Amino acid sequence: MKIAVCIKRVPDTETRIRIGGDGASIDEGGVKFIVNPYDEFAIEEALQRKEKAGGGDVVVIALGPDAAQETIRGALAMGADRGVLLKADRLPADALAVAKALAAELKDGAYDLVLFGKMALDDYNHGVGPMVAELLGLPCVTAISKLELDGGKGVAEREIEGGVEVVEFALPAVLTAEKGLNTPRYPALKGIMAAKKKPIETRPAALGEVRVSVTSLGLPPDRKAGRIVGEGPDAVPELVRLLRTEAKVL
Amino acid sequence: MVNVLAVTEQRDGALRKTSREVVWAARQLADAMGGTVDALVLGAAGVEAAGAKLGEVGADRVLVAEDASFVRYSPCGYAGTAAAVAKAGGYGAVLVAATAAGKDLAPRIAARLDAPLATDVSGVRFADGKVTATRPVYAGKAIQQLRFDAPVAVISVRPNTFAPGNAGKAGAVSKVAAVADVRVVVREVKAAEQGKLDVAEASVVVSGGRGLKGPEHFALLENLAQAFGGAAVGASRAVVDAGWRPHAEQVGQTGKTVSPQLYVAVGISGAIQHLAGMRTAKVIVAINRDKDAPIFQVADYGVVGDLFAILPRLTDEIAKAKAG
Repeated sequence: MKIAVCIKRVPDTETRIRIGGDGASIDEGGVKFIVNPYDEFAIEEALQRKEKAGGGDVVVIALGPDAAQETIRGALAMGADRGVLLKADRLPADALAVAKALAAELKDGAYDLVLFGKMALDDYNHGVGPMVAELLGLPCVTAISKLELDGGKGVAEREIEGGVEVVEFALPAVLTAEKGLNTPRYPALKGIMAAKKKPIETRPAALGEVRVSVTSLGLPPDRKAGRIVGEGPDAVPELVRLLRTEAKVL
Repeated sequence: MVNVLAVTEQRDGALRKTSREVVWAARQLADAMGGTVDALVLGAAGVEAAGAKLGEVGADRVLVAEDASFVRYSPCGYAGTAAAVAKAGGYGAVLVAATAAGKDLAPRIAARLDAPLATDVSGVRFADGKVTATRPVYAGKAIQQLRFDAPVAVISVRPNTFAPGNAGKAGAVSKVAAVADVRVVVREVKAAEQGKLDVAEASVVVSGGRGLKGPEHFALLENLAQAFGGAAVGASRAVVDAGWRPHAEQVGQTGKTVSPQLYVAVGISGAIQHLAGMRTAKVIVAINRDKDAPIFQVADYGVVGDLFAILPRLTDEIAKAKAG
């Protein structure tokens, strides 16, 4: 089974965001970067599928700056076989431009599965995975929390508002992973050592034309300071009164 | 003159609440651009009736695509139909609600139209001849302004953000061709418990954290939710990771970002990643025993104390207020 996993380097979720000098991006000084958490579920799924099939090839592809090599190395330490860095010093805000670069890389790879996280925790798009599928003409199921593969067919579950969709598709396919799909493994020391010797190819990202630009990035307005209504259950009537007469939400 | 296409969403033949929101958002954008709004309704035979009232929220025309395979969400079929309608209509923007289906659909439409995409936007405008969008990034820790440089933009709009008003448009219904494509088929929808609301869409969310001390105590929150006349129950990452509650209920950076009218945080200290997910709520109430908990810094109203004593009282008082 040949599987590609597309991953992204993003700031740690505990990062306190500061705006950079250009007013359109974050100040990366002192920011710790991690692999996008949803991508970890995609990596884990690829590894489990390969193990179940008794062989195969798991290729990890990242689009980003040189520093994304570290992100790829982390996936190799988990057990992926090799990596590809599509180099772009700055990631555009245009998800389709990114999707085009990834699709160009994936097009002739003869992959049975192409996996993504359901979204990246920095720009909060849910776009690149399904866009790549459309560009490649492959079936796609997004935000899956359960997956069964049987021969050339698959059944996945995805959470929707108030329920779960059971979705059928044929391979090859593009899938994007929701939290809960599996439990990502921690790299073992042996894996970390082995990862150092695994190959990472680097080539420039063939980004499509960029037609969305960030004109500004700002911090959200501070919420005006609230107040402590009181202590214990005796404060409840006053709270309810305020919700009704002042906040007008009842 | 630039026109806007709003793609709506139905379930079991009835339009979802977000459909009226997306048509209303399209109306605002179309008015700014001096254009008209077409609303697209996709469903099985008979879904036409569901589209009849979209004129109220701003549709000049309602385009109905019926196919048996559209009874449930059909990813490739919906995308192919919406893209064909969008191409034929020459719209300047295609709007979709950023629901579970919409987040899946919008990128597919964008790819098929070779159009740029903005996801989960909280504002959309037209300035100096360009469509612009405002959207939260880093789970709401920052707000991004985007500008499109393309003849057509695909935009998904955040649920609960565009409150529909009354536009009084004609909303004349006509049929358009459905493009069925069953490469991906939603075989069934396993419904959650009857009447269970999703945290991302509910107008009131009551969330619990580790302060509840165990999964069995979430019944207290469910009672409170019921007293509100149907609120969604949410959870912090800590309790989801502990297996007390399902991931679908998680509010925060690796869960859902919510913007309800009222958010009640119970026994949640307020980690950065949680605050990011709920800080756009209109009103925030926090109940916590620790008066120094960070949650009180974003809460409009706080009550300090033992939640096990406070919750039953609050449930009673809310029920009374609702009844009165």
